[in-house]
Formats: sequence, C-alpha cells, structure tokens
Amino acid sequence: MRPEAGLCFAASFAPALLDPARGTPEVVTGPHGKGASRRYDVYRNNVTVSLIDALAAVYPAVQRITGAEFFRAMARFHVRSNPPTSPLLFEYGHSFPQFIEAYEHAQTMPWLADVARIERAWLDGYHARDAAPLSAASLSSIAPERLAEIVLTPHPAMRIVRSPFAALTIFAANRDEAPSARIDASIAEDALITRPDFEVAVRHLPPGGAVFACCLASGQPLGEAAGAALEAAADFDIATNIAGLIAAGAFTSHALGDAR
Amino acid sequence: MSAKHAVTSLVLAGALSTALATLAAAGPLTKAEGEAAVAAKKEKCFGVALKGQNDCAAGPGTTCQGTSTIDFQGNAWKFVQGGTCTSIELPGGKKGSLKPV
Repeated sequence: MRPEAGLCFAASFAPALLDPARGTPEVVTGPHGKGASRRYDVYRNNVTVSLIDALAAVYPAVQRITGAEFFRAMARFHVRSNPPTSPLLFEYGHSFPQFIEAYEHAQTMPWLADVARIERAWLDGYHARDAAPLSAASLSSIAPERLAEIVLTPHPAMRIVRSPFAALTIFAANRDEAPSARIDASIAEDALITRPDFEVAVRHLPPGGAVFACCLASGQPLGEAAGAALEAAADFDIATNIAGLIAAGAFTSHALGDAR
Repeated sequence: MSAKHAVTSLVLAGALSTALATLAAAGPLTKAEGEAAVAAKKEKCFGVALKGQNDCAAGPGTTCQGTSTIDFQGNAWKFVQGGTCTSIELPGGKKGSLKPV
C-alpha cells in the first residue's frame, strides 16, 4: 500500500473507533465482501480499554478514591470526548483533571480534580529532563548585598499544585494500599513536586511557600518573591522556605537579575 | 505580580545564613552518611515528604493492554462511587455519596 493510500484508509478506519454511534466503516470487509463488524469491534474495544487503562495508570489515587467501576465509566466519557493528540501514551490525559472538575457525577467530590492535578504533576515530574539541583554552597557565594536581585531557574521537574482542599493529604492517603483514615477535606493545601535525582518527591508547602516558589519560578527576583509571600502570609518564614526549596531540589541555578 | 514591599538584601542575607545553617546541620561527611541525610531530609524538612508511587512508573502503554477486558459497549453506566471517598469529609457533614446522584 502506498503511504497516501494508508493515510486514506486510516481516515476512514479511525473515526468510529471511539464513537459507538457510528457503524463499522465500509472499508472494513471480510472475505468475499462480507461485513466484519465483530472484527472491527475488537479494535474499538482495544482502543477504548487501552486509553482507560492509561488513565488508570496515571491516576491511581483517583481510581482508588472513586472505585474502579465509577472511574472506568468516567474515564470512558473522557476518552470519547478527548482522544489522544500524541502518539506517546504517557502524555495522554492532561485534560482529565479539568474533565473531572466538570463531570456531573463527581460534583460531590470537589477535591478530586486537584488530586488528579497532583497525580499528573507527579508523572510529568517523573518524565521531566534531568538536571542537577541548586546546591547550598553556590548560594553562599553570592555577595550579601545583591541577594534581593538574584533570580533562580526552576528545575524541569518542579511543579506546584495549589488546592482550596486537602488534595495532597487525600493524594498521599490513596497512593498506597494502606487503609485510609478520616480526612477533613476542607483544609487548603499547596503541594510541591520535585525530582532532584531519580525519585519524585511530593511535599506540603508552608504558608506563603507556594506564592514564594511560584514567583521565583516565574523569574521574579528573590527580594520581590519574598515580599509577595509575606503579603500572602504574614507568618511566612524566609529561611525555612529557602532551606526547604533547596532541600527539595526545586531550582537548578541562580543568576543576578536586572538591577531594580 | 509585583510585590509592594520587596524584602531587602540585608534581611535575605540573614535568612539565607539561617537556611544554609539548617542545611549544613544535615550535611554529610561520608557518601553513606550523605545518602542517609538526603533520605532523611526528604522526610523531615518542609513538612511531610513522601515518595511518589506508581506501579506503572514509566507511564502506561508498554504492553498490549485490553485484549481480555470488554469495556467498549458499557451501556450500564456505573455512577456509584465505591472507593475510599466515603472517608473524606467536607464541612457540613457532606461526604462522598454511595448513592447514584
């Protein structure tokens, strides 16, 4: 088959794979021109199941929270309305948290989308480019009077997820098999996801910590980032947060920003 | 977002030296101690840290999945939440419902 002919075949073969309302494509036939609907259904099933399984692999805590049947039904709706856009399956499902947020039957679990966002950040952090984290020693070499001006480069794996709910506690309690105790979902939590070496680590950020880290990650100088964090949380502790971000491997390097 | 009150270098210098002292206190002497310290820091600094877990850590899609599960037709939609959601509470006594909504 010539390449153009292959593309043409795919264009008529593929659209019904995720759409049960469509019949078997006419290009699919058995011997002697017989219909081949059951054979085509094997493809339909495998496409659907593999994408649902992909979501279950990326979002195991969400599945544990909802139960497998609920999860698979929700995932099936998502798969049908959001087919993959990349041939890399680990990239599939970026829009799933947003989908969960709007999903009618998940409205009793308003924290669920943020749990999914943490799981997505976990996998993105896992697959992010390697980079050596910023060392404490390199910071001590900066002239003290220039400290407010330095800007930091975020580590490729660093992610921040802010939630008005206890999404991080819920995430942590559902990423292993241990029975989960009662959780008060109403406590807002900020999560920091990093991978300084080979293991993804997820941490709670203290008050103001998310604003601080986000400002730094967006290129604001240290002095401004600390000021913004203090405005967000009066009890923001600069030393604890600098030490925490270095220990977590959230940044890779520093430079002197434009003098302001 | 620009802060109205940027923190000065002087204040930052004090905070940084405290931060570096904190980090140095857990500083390693040998490779083994270094690894232990790194592992320990993950647990004690900055609130609770946890190792991420994912059975399919490298991402899904490496096997031919789905050949034995029939999940395409699924006309009997399952809307009943059956997992750990009942242990997660919101103010007002609301929690995940076990009933179809």
